[in-house]
Amino acid sequence: MEQSTESDICTDPVIRDQWYPLRALAELPEGATHHTRLLGVPVSCGVTRGRPWARTESAPGDGGTGALPVIDTYGYLWTSLGEPPPGVFEIPEYTEPDRRSMNAGSFIVATSAPRAVENFLDMGHFPYVHTGYLGIEPHTEVNPYDVEIIDGEIWATRCEFFQPMAAATATGGQMSKYTYRVPSPFAVMLYKSSPVDPERRDVIALLLQPMGHEQVVAHNFLCLLDDVNSDAEIKRFQQIIFAQDKPILENQIPRRLPLDPRAETPIRADHTSIVYRRHLRELGVNYGVVPA
Amino acid sequence: MIRLYDWELSVNCYKQRLLMALLEVPYEIVPVDFFPGWEHKSPEFGRINPLGHIPVLDDDGFIVRDANAILVYLATRYDPTRTWYPVADPELLALTAQWLMFSEGTTNTASAARLHDGLGYDFDVEACRAGAHRLFRVLDEHLWFGEREGRHWVCPSPHPTIADLAIFPDVALSEEGGISRVDYPAVRRWMDRVRHLPGFVGMPGISPPLATSPPSVG
Repeated sequence: MEQSTESDICTDPVIRDQWYPLRALAELPEGATHHTRLLGVPVSCGVTRGRPWARTESAPGDGGTGALPVIDTYGYLWTSLGEPPPGVFEIPEYTEPDRRSMNAGSFIVATSAPRAVENFLDMGHFPYVHTGYLGIEPHTEVNPYDVEIIDGEIWATRCEFFQPMAAATATGGQMSKYTYRVPSPFAVMLYKSSPVDPERRDVIALLLQPMGHEQVVAHNFLCLLDDVNSDAEIKRFQQIIFAQDKPILENQIPRRLPLDPRAETPIRADHTSIVYRRHLRELGVNYGVVPA
Repeated sequence: MIRLYDWELSVNCYKQRLLMALLEVPYEIVPVDFFPGWEHKSPEFGRINPLGHIPVLDDDGFIVRDANAILVYLATRYDPTRTWYPVADPELLALTAQWLMFSEGTTNTASAARLHDGLGYDFDVEACRAGAHRLFRVLDEHLWFGEREGRHWVCPSPHPTIADLAIFPDVALSEEGGISRVDYPAVRRWMDRVRHLPGFVGMPGISPPLATSPPSVG
């Protein structure tokens, strides 16, 4: 792991006050300590006698160590460096008894958290990056959709895209209906029509743990309807998709997301990303971005 | 039927999938939750491979483990041309074995750096990267002189061998471990030739060539 530098320390209150996942609980055996970084600060976490904990280790320019707030939900251990709200954003589907919830993998990626969010929101890359899975030529058109901000969260609705293999449960192509949601600045979710039950939706979230400005842990959270595939098969599908995105993310220049509206030329399909960039500007986010 | 105990993002598993695709050998995948589930370290998987490694190949009850051993088995059993593992030519066979051993080095350096950078494995990444560059320099020089002699693969054969496939993905994914290939032009041309082999398949991070782009030679 790269050493953090003082310049990776975050001073944005809005970013420090969020909850961030540090580790899937299934990957934290009793008594083990996981060492990682959050917003430039070395932190560790674990579960001791059934109780999750997190603390800072000696940080550059700080030197102190101390207990951090902890929440255990959606299968992850979450913490915050600031003054977080009482709970993590709601994912009501998590409590539905017939769902399969799991961490499909926590990958370290050399990119900024906002770049990873924006890539997740982009349907336009499906046929080119996820060929044969989430898209295929000539079905490249992104139809118009709606974006609004509700209670501080971005919601993009009425999204649809033709997908040859939309999920591990898919048996053929389908016109997938999507809803995207950005429940906090560095977390992004999608709700997608399930191949096994058209009335219900699979929930997939990319929960970003910013290690530094330009390095994240991307926790892939799944909450799916699937009574056919093994955990290994379900994770495999999601990992193929994510691993196809990883080299694209790592080769974007600059690695931080430019917030100046003139920095990168958007097209109509980028409607959500335009709203996301504006939202970060309005929140006063400086972390992982090139400020306007 | 052949069954491959496989993790999609593993270079050593991909080596097997690539060879079977090139040989047009049908097989089934048994997905192993290598990451994040560590299923290869479970007691159940220990009965398949007590070393707790993937890949493992099960060919109608014959079980073989370790990437290079599986390549040797598949090529010897399923390549009637005897070019992928040239058992009839002692010198060529020795050189194939030599470059298979070389691939142990590229896996333990370049691919280890990739596991460090992407999955957080606790390796000395600077040592891994320095070791990879040492090996890539040797490979680049070997391939550069080979091009001058009309040799396009790591072994002196008009056909690629399993040694090419054993080294290829460690090199092709090196940038995911922070190892640039900009200084190794002959390696890049060789990678391009591998990607243009008929029947080539990729994996996440390794794309098959566009249908229209010609392979680079010499």
